Amino acid sequence: MTMKQWLLSSFVASTCLFSITAIAGPIEKYTPVTADRLKNPEPGNWMLYRRTYDGQGYSPLDQINTSNVKDLVPVWTFSTGVIEGHEAPPIVNNGVMFVATPQGQVIALNAKTGDEYWRYKRQLPDDLFQLHPTNRGVGLWQDKLYLATTDDHVVALDAKTGKVLWDTKVQDYKKGQYLTLMPLIVDGKVIVGAAGGEFGVRGYIVAYDANNGKELWRTFTIPGPGEPGHETWSGDDWKTGGGSAWMTGNYDPDTRTIYWGTGNAAPWPGDTHPGDNLYTTSVLALDPDSGKIKTYFQYHQNDSWDWDEVDAPMLIDLHRDGRIFKSLIHPGRNAIFWVLERKPDSIKYVAGWPYVYTDVWKGIEPETGKPIVDPAHKPVIGKRVEFCPSLWGGKDWPSAAYSPKTRLVYIPANENFCGGFTGEKVPLVPGQLWLGTKPEDIGLKVRAGATHFGELQAWDPATGKKVWSHLFPRSHLFGSVTATAGDLIFVGGTNDRMFRAFHAKTGELLWEQKTNSGIMGMPVAYEVDGTQYIAIQSGWGVDAQRIQDALTTNNIGIENNVPQGGVVWVFALKK
Amino acid sequence: MSSPSDQTRRTIILTALATAVHASAARSAAAEEDAPGSDLRPQKADVLVFAEGDHAGEVIKPQDLTPGGPFVRAWPKDPKTSVIRKGSRLNEVVVVKLDPAELDDDTRARSADGIVAYSVICSHAGCPITAWGKAAQGDKDVLKCVCHNSEFDPRQSAQVVFGPAPRRLAALPLAAADGSLTVIGTFIGKVGAQQGG
Repeated sequence: MTMKQWLLSSFVASTCLFSITAIAGPIEKYTPVTADRLKNPEPGNWMLYRRTYDGQGYSPLDQINTSNVKDLVPVWTFSTGVIEGHEAPPIVNNGVMFVATPQGQVIALNAKTGDEYWRYKRQLPDDLFQLHPTNRGVGLWQDKLYLATTDDHVVALDAKTGKVLWDTKVQDYKKGQYLTLMPLIVDGKVIVGAAGGEFGVRGYIVAYDANNGKELWRTFTIPGPGEPGHETWSGDDWKTGGGSAWMTGNYDPDTRTIYWGTGNAAPWPGDTHPGDNLYTTSVLALDPDSGKIKTYFQYHQNDSWDWDEVDAPMLIDLHRDGRIFKSLIHPGRNAIFWVLERKPDSIKYVAGWPYVYTDVWKGIEPETGKPIVDPAHKPVIGKRVEFCPSLWGGKDWPSAAYSPKTRLVYIPANENFCGGFTGEKVPLVPGQLWLGTKPEDIGLKVRAGATHFGELQAWDPATGKKVWSHLFPRSHLFGSVTATAGDLIFVGGTNDRMFRAFHAKTGELLWEQKTNSGIMGMPVAYEVDGTQYIAIQSGWGVDAQRIQDALTTNNIGIENNVPQGGVVWVFALKK
Repeated sequence: MSSPSDQTRRTIILTALATAVHASAARSAAAEEDAPGSDLRPQKADVLVFAEGDHAGEVIKPQDLTPGGPFVRAWPKDPKTSVIRKGSRLNEVVVVKLDPAELDDDTRARSADGIVAYSVICSHAGCPITAWGKAAQGDKDVLKCVCHNSEFDPRQSAQVVFGPAPRRLAALPLAAADGSLTVIGTFIGKVGAQQGG
């Protein structure tokens, strides 16, 4: 090394050192999060999983719009330092961004400059078995943050410093209990749902006091003896029947009702747990104060396909059939686009139709909304059964969005995928996978003549018509969708590492940017000092990677070089 | 995807059987898990016992293993106290018998006439290695973690040959003595998954 290089290096080093000490540190100005701010968030903030309690994934910001999105450029990026699936929306509260990553990490950043305030790293146990090494975000209340961890704790952090304020064990990770969701915050309660349906848990949703971590209520998604719905199970199946609840619920403040989606029945083959299996693959309407189940709707009975319906339905005031009503809209993992009517004490079926190809359903009973199953495509013990769509469904957990401007629903769908497995009876060993089939036996098949896999779809829920779609011939689509008032639809989700913006009305591709990795997280829109930003985490992993591996095994020529490693990207219009 | 080959079918049946027995073994051995030394990592002079199957808890002899695989899952056992070290899942290993000529020098040195042992814990996210089969890229049978499709070649120090795992599985050096397999040193390499950040 020459003297000049040495001098330069030492100069850079000392400058960096100075920068770190000057910038990193507590947040001096932080706006406490209140019930009113969560109910009516300022247009420039993104403080709930889908920004608003209705779960629409819509931002009213329109500085970035169809006419200027071509000028969108990166303004800063930030490496998270970890691999695997980065699924969390960057959460923004008045200029402060909180990013949750795999391995239970939270990073507090200046949302305008990308400078770090602090970083929290969960120290996960060495013997932890992470089937889904991910995290979907931190919840906000007052001056605290709430993180749900894969070793099954809920941790409260000081928003200004990242210091741990309380740490509550939810259940035992050694028994396959874990958490990946962003907690739902309602009136000072931190509400989370259990993952672990593939380990034979009995799912539940549990609420903690935001101030001290004290448990307030716990509602099992499978009723116990004497409770309504218990009769839909045989013997002891209910004790290990799944119904995990691993995604954030939505909330109707007017009726004070939480709408929470539930997962697959366990183990997978339906003949191992005969009955309708309430309340698996359902939406539950819950009282936030007591956890009491007010009502429910079950999307399909006796689940046999691993079709979790955990993605909570969107709350939309729907104009349809000459009236306006309070609806729940849910593009199901079971391939059915659901239109339901919600009332304080009931959820009624209105309409349903397949939004991707399926051979499992022969129709829907018009009175009850129960789908009619074709037994030839329902997995059972002892023989191989094939079905479409695959176990990842028409849409997995990544969220669809709704724009009240266009009145369209935007779905990150997967078309032309089928799957299959051979059911087998296996005794449950706590903490070990319990699928009712061999994991290596699970197939992903492409339908003959398939022209594409991923499909971004725009549906009119009033008419049931597909208004436009964008096809991805060489990739699945595995990322959440966000809509903005600029008539833009933002989505990643493809194996070419692109982040894209589409015209909300026409589906025209208006802008794209290649990123470091594949994107499976949720885009957000926010504003600081009069400038609108779009943020996304790019970091491929978990099920996006699993489908990718299955595709490359079966289809020569599909891209398999999707490097892992997370980066936060923030974009704004070129000045 | 075509229906499973005969080989796969056989593996499924064998594994199903093994899992069934493992469940009852796990319950009856609950007391053992609290025994002193049960959560210690494998120690020099430990023997290996079957972790599952009809012979769960019995000492593994070289002739119990099928040449060329599949592997068996095993716990280390202290021969003096008879404590099976099943108090932590970080102690479990996979044991597979290979042709010594196929092994690289480091691996051969740690093997007992071609029999190699590795930690069952995948270095990516801590899932167990549960499958033995043809590599995604190549024709050899390899150790597979089906959680996220990482693959490890047991002939080359269990180095990663596919998937997101960042490093090889920890190796447990073995020798064949008095008709059984004996551990001759502690794990080489780190056991367990990576930590983030």
